[in-house]
Amino acid sequence: MARAVSLQRKLTFTALAWLVAFLLFFPILWTILTSFKTEAEAIASPPVIIPNWTLENYFEVQDRADYFRHFANSVWISVGSTLIALLFAIPASWAMAFTPTPKTKDVLMWMLSTKMMPAVGVLVPMYLIFRDLGLLDTVWGLTVVLTLINLPIVIWMLYTYFKEIPVDILEAARMDGAILWKELVYILVPMAVPGIASTLLLNVILAWNEAFWTINLTASKAAPLTTFISSFSSPEGLFWAKLSAASTLAIAPILVLGWLSQKQLVRGLTFGAVK
Amino acid sequence: MGSITLEHVNKTFGGHQVIPDVSLDIEDGEFVVFVGPSGCGKSTLLRLIAGLEDTTSGKIKLDSVDVTDKGPAHRGLAMVFQSYALYPHMTVRQNIAFPLKMANIDKAVADQKVADAARVLNLTDYLDRKPRALSGGQRQRVAIGRAIVRQPKAFLFDEPLSNLDAALRVNMRIEITELHQQLKTTMVYVTHDQVEAMTMADRIVVLNAGRVEQFGSPLELYKKPANRFVAGFIGSPKMNFFEGAAAGKYQADSVGVRPEHIRISREAGDMAGRVGVAEHLGSDTFLHVHVDGAGLQTVRTEGENDFQSGDQVWLTPDPARIYRFDRAGLAL
Repeated sequence: MARAVSLQRKLTFTALAWLVAFLLFFPILWTILTSFKTEAEAIASPPVIIPNWTLENYFEVQDRADYFRHFANSVWISVGSTLIALLFAIPASWAMAFTPTPKTKDVLMWMLSTKMMPAVGVLVPMYLIFRDLGLLDTVWGLTVVLTLINLPIVIWMLYTYFKEIPVDILEAARMDGAILWKELVYILVPMAVPGIASTLLLNVILAWNEAFWTINLTASKAAPLTTFISSFSSPEGLFWAKLSAASTLAIAPILVLGWLSQKQLVRGLTFGAVK
Repeated sequence: MGSITLEHVNKTFGGHQVIPDVSLDIEDGEFVVFVGPSGCGKSTLLRLIAGLEDTTSGKIKLDSVDVTDKGPAHRGLAMVFQSYALYPHMTVRQNIAFPLKMANIDKAVADQKVADAARVLNLTDYLDRKPRALSGGQRQRVAIGRAIVRQPKAFLFDEPLSNLDAALRVNMRIEITELHQQLKTTMVYVTHDQVEAMTMADRIVVLNAGRVEQFGSPLELYKKPANRFVAGFIGSPKMNFFEGAAAGKYQADSVGVRPEHIRISREAGDMAGRVGVAEHLGSDTFLHVHVDGAGLQTVRTEGENDFQSGDQVWLTPDPARIYRFDRAGLAL
């Protein structure tokens, strides 16, 4: 029998949830607040909570580094790498979900194991390969790297979603005269739209936030927003307010995207969890 | 045209032989039912015909053309699945039109064919609904509509009625039989329900452990079962079997007699027994009788009677309707 939840219990849990959410959000909030402070306010002790609301940092950041060029590079590499990853992952996940072999699980585990390796372990060979192929500081080079590093996650996610689709429906399509690509385009993809959309969103976010490879393999031309932020941190000492303005500008687009698509993301990430 | 020929078809799954060696000739326009207990290979055999499974060896021919190596999309067959397998993201209209779209049929012609199929299946009012907004029976009709719309060489049905309730199942059974009479297209129908098999089929294939036990008309199977398995599987309630001395009397290792071919009396008969459970259906009465030395036997009597649990009775099998089997279970 369902137990009635008392009002007090409800209030306690709600307050606790808000507290946890606030703790998680606090660093982002503090960064945003700091971006509107003067450098003096930013390092003041005790800390200044409400700033004087200056936009000076934003103007200076845009003057010193072309935000929009970095933004365009971030969009290019995150969206590009996601679309290419989906192009490979959809057929791969289809094969593993609907025509599994005794080795399918091993292949999936092997793919996942590549994510367990520290990226720095292959930095030197990757750097040399990129240098020899002329891919250093190019958006194409970064797109390829981000595609490869996120492909296992994309395949795993799609595989999980595809497993939820009854194989009868695909067989019915075959009986109705659908050849392989038509089966994928007309049946599988439309049926897996929630899963594909959440995979796409998550991968865009992962690619957008990826810092290790983007910082190491670019200098200026192809530098995305992660490089843009890091350029404000080291050479000239720590200018917290400007760094915060750069960070706010870098995370704002993905924060908005995440906010707008949160329903889709949650639906996709819990797809199939509850029948 | 839609004749289907299976020549020494063999199917193995990971070293386990599911279909040992099946040869069948299904004639054009015939309604053939594959029947057998769960796991007997009937669905596998249907999927081999459909092309959804590859044969390990042997040949499958459609209209005398070898299609063994052709995929399901190129065999020109239509299939109705147990789960209906409707496309949930499409409307009823799009579901029915899908095979026509795959065949690149002109849209105006396709629309007309969809409208015709919807009219035949009473789906006209539901064409713009999604499958989730339909009842089980309506979904099954959409699945049938999708199958009939492109005029296939043959229809394959994989236990299409098992998800429906009893009343709807009877209605759909009649609808499918009428559809066959209307279209006169070959139909191969898989079921584990021998009543469906008996009522719908022109000919029945009884399968057991992947082997064809008998292939014949419903009444042929009922009257002349080739072996004990067919005798026991066809007919409801099941045939009664006697072994030992009761069978020796008829010079057989075992004998079978159907519940409707046993006379029951309170006064005299061949075998004495006591009524265990009496099932009064109105039109029939099924009496489960504990017979001394022969175990529980079922007797079917027409109409109503006043036999009750615990009554002492005598059973007398109709000597003209006794089936005799040898040690291997083959009919004598």
